[in-house]
Amino acid sequence: MDLSITAVELGKKIKDKEISVVEATTAFLDSIEAKEKDIHAFVTVDREGAIKRAEEVQKLIDGGTLTGPLAGVPVAIKDNMCIDGMLTTCSSKILSNFVPTFTATAVEKLQAAGAVIVGKANMDEFAMGSTTETSYYGETKNPWDLERVPGGSSGGSAAAVAAEEVPYALGSDTGGSIRQPAGFCGVTGIKPTYGRVSRYGLIAYGSSLDQIGPLAKDVTDCATVLEIICGKDDRDSTSVKEGGDDFTDALVDDVKGMKIGIPKDYFGKGLDAEVKEAVMAAAKALEAKGAVVEEFDLSLVEYAIPAYYIIASAEASSNLERFDGVKYGYRTEEFSDLHNMYKKTRSEGFGAEVKRRIMLGSFVLSSGYFDAYYMKALRTKALIKQAFDKAFEKYDVILGPVAPTTALKLGESLSDPIKMYLGDIYTVSVNLAGLPGISLPCGYDSKGLPIGLQLLGKHFDEKSIIRAAYAFEQTTEYKRPAFAVERGL
Amino acid sequence: MQITDETIEYVGILAKLELSKEEKEQAKKDMSNMLDYVGKLNELDTDGVEPMSHTFSVHNVFREDIVVNGDDRENMLANAPEKKDGAYKVPKTFE
Repeated sequence: MDLSITAVELGKKIKDKEISVVEATTAFLDSIEAKEKDIHAFVTVDREGAIKRAEEVQKLIDGGTLTGPLAGVPVAIKDNMCIDGMLTTCSSKILSNFVPTFTATAVEKLQAAGAVIVGKANMDEFAMGSTTETSYYGETKNPWDLERVPGGSSGGSAAAVAAEEVPYALGSDTGGSIRQPAGFCGVTGIKPTYGRVSRYGLIAYGSSLDQIGPLAKDVTDCATVLEIICGKDDRDSTSVKEGGDDFTDALVDDVKGMKIGIPKDYFGKGLDAEVKEAVMAAAKALEAKGAVVEEFDLSLVEYAIPAYYIIASAEASSNLERFDGVKYGYRTEEFSDLHNMYKKTRSEGFGAEVKRRIMLGSFVLSSGYFDAYYMKALRTKALIKQAFDKAFEKYDVILGPVAPTTALKLGESLSDPIKMYLGDIYTVSVNLAGLPGISLPCGYDSKGLPIGLQLLGKHFDEKSIIRAAYAFEQTTEYKRPAFAVERGL
Repeated sequence: MQITDETIEYVGILAKLELSKEEKEQAKKDMSNMLDYVGKLNELDTDGVEPMSHTFSVHNVFREDIVVNGDDRENMLANAPEKKDGAYKVPKTFE
C-alpha cells in the first residue's frame, strides 16, 4: 500500500473495505521495521499488540460499532503519555521499567475512536529539549537528512510521521515541542489552547504550559484528531468545556476578509533569510486569497524565553519530585538510608538537561530568590498575555515562523544550552499565553530542508488558525522526504 | 550572578540530587550563565502587575464528594521497586 496516505484517507479506505485494518497496520509496522535502524523514532514498538488490536477493531467496524473517520488507523503516541500495560519511559532511565496501570484521557479517546497504537515515540527526556537528543534511548534522526535533528521534544512523533512509519501521532507541547519538530520534519502539528485537551495521564513537565496535540501530514488530519481528543475531563480540573470544537467544519478554503497580523519583531536578528522569505511568501499567498495582512509590533518578544525557562523549570522541579525510587520506576542498587536512596536514585536516573532544569527550578523557588525570579516571571507572563490580547483585538490570526532556522545538525545544540533555548523564541510565548498554534510546511531551503509556518489564534479559536492553515495548504503540495520515497515498501 | 559552592550544595539538597565534583563545577557555570540570561527580565518594569498563573479566569472546580474509584491498591503497587504486605517498602527512616 501507499504509505504516503493521510490518516483520514486511510480511514476512508478501511471503511470502504478497500483495505483491512490488519493489512494497514502490518504495512506500517513493516515500514517501521525497515526504517527504524536509520530514524529511531520509537522507544517501544508493539507489533503483536497492534495486530491483535487491529483484528478487534476490524470486527467493531464490520459490526457497525466503530464508524468514525480514524477507525482502524495506526498511530504512534509520544512516550510521555501513559498507556495501560505499555512501557512508558518519558525517554528517561528513571522510568525505564514503568508500565502504567491506566491510560491518558487523550489516548483513551483515540482508542474509543478505533485507533491502533503501534508504539511509543521517542522524545527529549521528560520533554526537556528541542532536538530529541536528550533521550536516554538515543537520538532520533530527521528523515529529510539523517545527519540532522528532527527537532523536539516530540521529535519521534514528527519523524515517524515524516518517514511514513505511521499516518499520524500524538505529541505534547510545553514550549514548542509539537510545532518546532513538525516544522523541522515538514509535517503539520497543532498545539491546542491550554485546557482544550485533558492532561490526565500525561507525565507532567510544566503543568501550566503542557498541552497534548496531533502531528500529521496535513491540516485535515490534525483537525480530525483534535476533534476526537478534546473536551472537558473530570480527571484534569484545568480542562474546560468550551464551544468552537467542531474543528473539521473549519476546513474551508476561504480566508476572505480574515485579518492576519505579522509581528515585525519576529523578523529581526537571528532569523534565517530563507526562512523569512518562505514565511513572507506564505503571507502573500493568504493575501492573494483575500486575507487582510498587516505588520504590527507585538513587543516583549525577547522576554518570553527567560520567563518561560523560569516558570517551566520551577514547575519541573516540583513535578519531578515524585521520581524518588519509592512508588515506581528505577531505584538505585545500593544506599545507606532513605535520603541517600532518593538522591542516588535521582542522580543516576535523570540525564544532564533534566538535572540542569531541576536545579534551576529549585533555585528560583528557594526562599530569597522566589520574588526576584519566579514572581518576576509570572508578572512578565501577564504582560506577554496582555500584548497578545491587544494584538487579537485587531487580528484574527497572527502569522510568523516556527523557528529561526531549519533543522540543525546533530550534536550542534547540546553544548550551549542557552543557544538551544533561543531556538524556541517564536514558540514559547504561545504556551505562556495559553494560545492555540499550528505549524505547517511553507517551503524548503536551499539544503532541501522543510521550513515551518506558524499561525496563532485567540483562546479557543483553533478554528481560525485551522481555516487559515487549510487555505494556505491548498496553495502548496505535500512533499515527501527522499528517505521515505526510497525506503517505501 | 556568581554561584558559590554553598549555593550549589543547598540547591542540591532542595533538588535531592547528588552531584559529582565535575557535575558541581558544570552546574555552577550553567546556573550562573542562565541566571545572568534570565536577569534580562529586570529590564522590564513590572510594578503593579499582578503575577499570572492562569491565562484565563478559571475558578475553583467543585463536585459532589462521591467515591468513584476503588482502593486500587494492586495497581498502585504494581510498579513499586520494593513492596511488602501491601505497602511500599523503603529503607528505615528512624531508629
